[in-house]
Amino acid sequence: MNEHRLDPIAPHGAKRPHPLVELTRARLLEFLREPEAVFWVFVFPVLLALALGIAFRSKPAETLRAAVERGTPAEARVAAMLRGSPDLTVTVLAAGEADQALRTGKVDVVVAATAAATGSRGEPLSVTYRYDTTRAEGRAARLAVDDALQRALGRPDLLAVHEDRVARPGNRYIDFLIPGLVGLNLMGSGMWGLGFAVVQARVRKLLKRFAATPMRRSHYLLSFMLSRLIGLVLEVAVVVGFGWLLFGVAVRGSLLDLAVVSLLGALTFAGLGLLVAARSRTIEGVSGWMNLVQLPMWLFSGTFFSYERFPAVAQPAIRALPLTALNDALRAVINEGAGLPACWVALAVMALWGGISFAVALRLFRWQ
Amino acid sequence: MPMETFRASAVVDRGEATPAAVRCTSLVKRYEDVVAVAGIDLAVWQGECFGLLGPNGAGKTTTVEILEGLTVPDAGSVEVLGWSWGKGRDLELRERLGVQLQETQLAEKLTVGETLRLFASFFARPRPVDEVIGMVGLEDKRRSRVGKLSGGQKQRLALACALVSDPELLFLDEPTTGLDPQARLNVWEIVETFRGRGGTVLLTTHYMEEAARLCDRVAIMDHGTILSLDRPAALVASLGAEQIVEFAVRGGLDKDTLAGLPGVGSVTGQGGSFRLSVRRIGEMMPALLMELDRRGVVLESLTTHQATLEDVFVHLTGRALRDE
Repeated sequence: MNEHRLDPIAPHGAKRPHPLVELTRARLLEFLREPEAVFWVFVFPVLLALALGIAFRSKPAETLRAAVERGTPAEARVAAMLRGSPDLTVTVLAAGEADQALRTGKVDVVVAATAAATGSRGEPLSVTYRYDTTRAEGRAARLAVDDALQRALGRPDLLAVHEDRVARPGNRYIDFLIPGLVGLNLMGSGMWGLGFAVVQARVRKLLKRFAATPMRRSHYLLSFMLSRLIGLVLEVAVVVGFGWLLFGVAVRGSLLDLAVVSLLGALTFAGLGLLVAARSRTIEGVSGWMNLVQLPMWLFSGTFFSYERFPAVAQPAIRALPLTALNDALRAVINEGAGLPACWVALAVMALWGGISFAVALRLFRWQ
Repeated sequence: MPMETFRASAVVDRGEATPAAVRCTSLVKRYEDVVAVAGIDLAVWQGECFGLLGPNGAGKTTTVEILEGLTVPDAGSVEVLGWSWGKGRDLELRERLGVQLQETQLAEKLTVGETLRLFASFFARPRPVDEVIGMVGLEDKRRSRVGKLSGGQKQRLALACALVSDPELLFLDEPTTGLDPQARLNVWEIVETFRGRGGTVLLTTHYMEEAARLCDRVAIMDHGTILSLDRPAALVASLGAEQIVEFAVRGGLDKDTLAGLPGVGSVTGQGGSFRLSVRRIGEMMPALLMELDRRGVVLESLTTHQATLEDVFVHLTGRALRDE
C-alpha cells in the first residue's frame, strides 16, 4: 500500500481522507496485525469444521448390529434367519457378553428365544428383544430384527414397496454444521472483536483522547460496524468455501440472500458487542459479560445439534435468541435454498436485537 | 513584597492588552468523597505559556480536563478562545486546540505515520503528517509501530498528535513525566518551537525545572486550589531568599537562634534538621558556623542551593513537591 500517495499533501484545506474511512482502516490494520485474533476468526472455525466433519462423516455401509444370545432355543436357526437381512450384522454371544455389548453400544439389540418348546420346523414360539429404547439405533434394530424374523417365518408383505435410498449432500451432519459454524463465528468475532477493542481503547484512555478531537462520536462507532462488514465477507467466505471444497456443502439459496443474512447477523452481534462494552472499564469485566451473554447461545442455539431436542416449553425462548435466528436463517438459505421471505421471522428477531442494543449502547456509552 | 501583590500585578499588567486564550472562574469539581478542584480562577493570555505546578493529586489534571471540555465542572465558568463548552460549538472549538492527555496509550499495532494520519483525518485543516513528524523529529520512525517506540518517542508522538491540528492553543498534561533528561529536553524544544510561532500553551507539571524553563507564568497548586500565581522569577523572589541552606546537627539548637542570624529570611525544621531561606549568604555562613562552635554543636551535613520554585512550594505547603 502506498502511504505517501494517500497522505494529504498540500498544507491546508487539501483534500483529506474521511475520518470514517481512516478509523475503519486503522481498525482493520490493528485486527490483521493481531495474529491471535486472526487465528480465532479464520483458522479455528475451519479446524473445527474439519474435525467435526471427519468425526461425523457418513459411513459407507451402515448396518445395525444384532446379537443372538447363546444357549437359547434354536439359536443357530434364529441367527440364520437374521443373517438373511442385508440391514443386519449378526453375532452370537453368551448372555453376559451380550448384555455388556448392549450397554457399551457394540450391538443395538439382543435377541433371545424364551419358549422352551419349539415349533414344527424347529423355530422358537416366542422371542424377547432387548434394546435401549432411548437410542435411535436400538429402535431401528428392533424393527429390522422383527421384520427379518417374521418374514423368514412366512409373513407375507401386503404392500409392494420400492425404496429410494437417499445419501446425498444436503442431509449430512456437515451440511447441518457448516451454517451453524458461520453463525457462531459471526457471533464470536462480532462480540469479541468489538467489545475488546472498545474496552481496550477506553482502558488506554484512547477514547478520551479521541473525544478531545473534533472526531464525530458516531463516526467512531460506525467505523466498528464498517470494519465488521469487511471482516464478515472474509469470515463467511472462508467457512462456506471450506465446506464447499472439502465436503461439498453447497449453498442452495442465492449468494445474495446469504450475504444479506450474514450482514444482518454481523450487525446484530456488533450491536450486542457494543452494548456489552458500553460501560466496562476493564478487560476482565467485559470478558465476563461477553461469556455470560454468549454461553446460552453456545448451548441452545443449535450450532452443533438441533435445538428441537430441548423441551417444547423452552422452544420460544430458544427461538428468540439472536444466534438461533441467525442459524435458522443461514440453514434456510444454505441447506434448503429458501429465499429471504421464508425466514422473515428470524430476520426480524435479529433486526430487533441489533437495533435495540445499538440504540441502548449509544445512550450508555462511556467515553472515559 | 508580599505574595498577593505580585499575583494581582501579574494579572493586571497584561490583562487588558492581550485577550485571554483561556479564562475560568470559581471552578469546582467534586468526586465521590474528594474535592478535586476547590474554586480556581485563572486566565491564560494569548501567546504565553502558562504552567500549573503541583504534586500528584493537586487537581491539575482535573482542572486541565475541565478546560479541555472533557470533564464537566460542578460549578464555575470556562471560556476557551472566547467560547464556552456545551454551547453547540464544541467541535468547532476542538478544531483549534491541540491536546495531549496524561497516560494516553496510542494503538500499539499502528505505525507512527498511520497514527498521525488517523488524527489528521479528524480535523478540517490539519497540518501535513510529514511536517508534523519533522516537527517532533520522528522522521526515522515513520514506519515503526507505536509499540516499538521508546518512552520519549511515544511522548513526542503524543505531542505530534496534538500538533497535527495546527492548534492555536496547546494543552499538555505532564508532558515529560517519566522521561529521561535527553527526552525531556527534546519535548521542551518542541514546545518552545510551538511558542516561537505564536502558539499559546497551558501545561501541567510537577517538575519545577520544567515550569521555570518553559512558563511565562506559573500557578502553584495544592489540594485543588491555587496557592500562588506569578512569573517564576517573581515567585522565587517572593521567598525573600537567594539561597536555601539545609543542614543537620547533633546537639541543641533552636529556630529562634537561627532566625536571629544576619541575612536569614525564614527558618523551618525539626529535630536536628533545619532549612533556612537566606538573603545574604556571605554574612550568614560565618555567623552560623560561629554560633555552632560557640554552642559546641557538631555539624553533620550542610548543603546550599539557589532558591527555586521547589522552595516556593515547600515554603507554601511545608512539603516537598516530589514526595507525594
